[in-house]
Amino acid sequence: MAAPALPSRRTSRGRPRRLDRAALTGVLVREFVNFGSYWRASAFSSTVEPTIYLIAFGFGFGSLVSKVNGLDYVQFVGTGTVATAVLFSSVFPAMFGTFVKYSYQKTYDAILAAPVDTEELVTGEALWIAARAGVFGCVPMLVAIVFGLNPSWGMLLVPFIAFLAGFGWASFGILISAVMKSIDNFSYVTSTVITPLFLVAGTFFPISGLPQWARILANVNPLYHCVQLVRDAVFGFHWLDFWHLGFMIAFGLVAWRLAILRMEKRLIT
Amino acid sequence: MPDPSPAIRLRGVVKRYGDVTAVDHLDLTVPDGTCVGLLGPNGAGKSTTIRMLTAQAIADEGEIEVLGHTLPEDSKAARAEMGVVPQLDNLDVTLTVEQNLLVFSYLYRIPRTERRAAIDRALDVANLRDRRGSRVDELSGGMRRRLLIARALVHQPRLVLLDEPTVGLDPQVRQELWALIDRLRTEGASILMSTHYIEEAERLADTVVVVANGQAVAVGRPSDLVAEHAGAEALEVYGPPARLREVEEVAQGHGWPTRRTGTSVTILRAEDLDGDAPEGERRVANLEDVFVLLTGEEIA
Repeated sequence: MAAPALPSRRTSRGRPRRLDRAALTGVLVREFVNFGSYWRASAFSSTVEPTIYLIAFGFGFGSLVSKVNGLDYVQFVGTGTVATAVLFSSVFPAMFGTFVKYSYQKTYDAILAAPVDTEELVTGEALWIAARAGVFGCVPMLVAIVFGLNPSWGMLLVPFIAFLAGFGWASFGILISAVMKSIDNFSYVTSTVITPLFLVAGTFFPISGLPQWARILANVNPLYHCVQLVRDAVFGFHWLDFWHLGFMIAFGLVAWRLAILRMEKRLIT
Repeated sequence: MPDPSPAIRLRGVVKRYGDVTAVDHLDLTVPDGTCVGLLGPNGAGKSTTIRMLTAQAIADEGEIEVLGHTLPEDSKAARAEMGVVPQLDNLDVTLTVEQNLLVFSYLYRIPRTERRAAIDRALDVANLRDRRGSRVDELSGGMRRRLLIARALVHQPRLVLLDEPTVGLDPQVRQELWALIDRLRTEGASILMSTHYIEEAERLADTVVVVANGQAVAVGRPSDLVAEHAGAEALEVYGPPARLREVEEVAQGHGWPTRRTGTSVTILRAEDLDGDAPEGERRVANLEDVFVLLTGEEIA
């Protein structure tokens, strides 16, 4: 084995750039290969819970209210819980998974010793979680079809919306894990940020019936915009959807850059 | 004459964490194709130094050059050409041996057509070919450590950083790893290895850098360091604590360098002793004498 007589070929490719594809691929491949060993649990928790919400609310409220904003309740909640599935399958894996990887398993130490920078690491992780959210997010909608949601062409856009929202929430989760000193502190964020955002998003009831302050709150809630966009993709777009889309893109960008910044502070000493 | 392009060159490197100065004006050179051992007690700044070489820690002062790349700006290019064996096992435990190597063949940008061969070669180096399908959490501690080394070698790096490569392993496994590292060195890779095992440094390193409190307190070939700091022979005097104190006083009176080793007092440079010397066992001076003399013992 001629170990060190090594390929100037590999080094002559020039100085690696920021966010280069080889680094992102490496991070994604690691996640993909690992996914093979835990995908069942992950798919289960990410899809079963929103589906339970869908069925519980669908039958529970569905027997009280027949129509919400002109939609059958099952249609309303079937599209709304897409956002719930996206949230659950992105923010929690991002928070816990990231913390475990950098704090307990020291995985990130190994990755950063390779030609991968924190920016690429965080971006790759967020893209991976977003891709999963794009798939898992569609599950409640598919279940709702069984319960009477009519298929439409717009549904084909839902995975992309779920991906975009998933990217934002994954970045947000990575940011939280970079800021928190201990994994126990995550419950503060879950109770004070994620649960309220989850409830005031127009998933189970329209925000139009809420007091004004709650409506304002809903408008700065990225999840609300995801709910609206998914619903409109299924039932017909509206000019307001540019605002929803714009807000989700802005949320994703801000959360992504902040996650990189804080993670760098955490990992590079 | 200094090598014109060493694998690693540190000049006046300082790294502080709050009030603690982990690395304090450290100069360090790893000439191309040699193995340098960073020998020092826990907390001497060895791991911090290694982290700075991958830009996972950023120096507050000084210059760092790795394989001709200036850090931290060009660290990514440097990292592409080096392999790092961390002190803590950070393998993906639910993956197989082969999957761990596959992941790193991507992270280290091995072209698709060479990937298969690179993984096989790494498996051979670490003698893990027949365990390629085993999950990491089924491996013994020694195998896991070999896999960590294989993972760092999958892209045939020009430089390998080993952070305490045999810490916490039993002696047999340690021997096995030494053979592996020695082969790596023979094949021409440059190696920087941190360790607090004297024997490890003595056996593997061409040059030993003794570090204490973030500074290099001695640099040289192991045998030269022994000759320079501890002389040729050491005299071990055994006895109860009271007797040992007495011996130390006598030695101090004569200006003989001593060191304490639990159950004995060692008088260094025993070859120069005159008739006043206490009764004891003479032995050849070793690197441990130098180490203790330079890094910790109060009595010099």
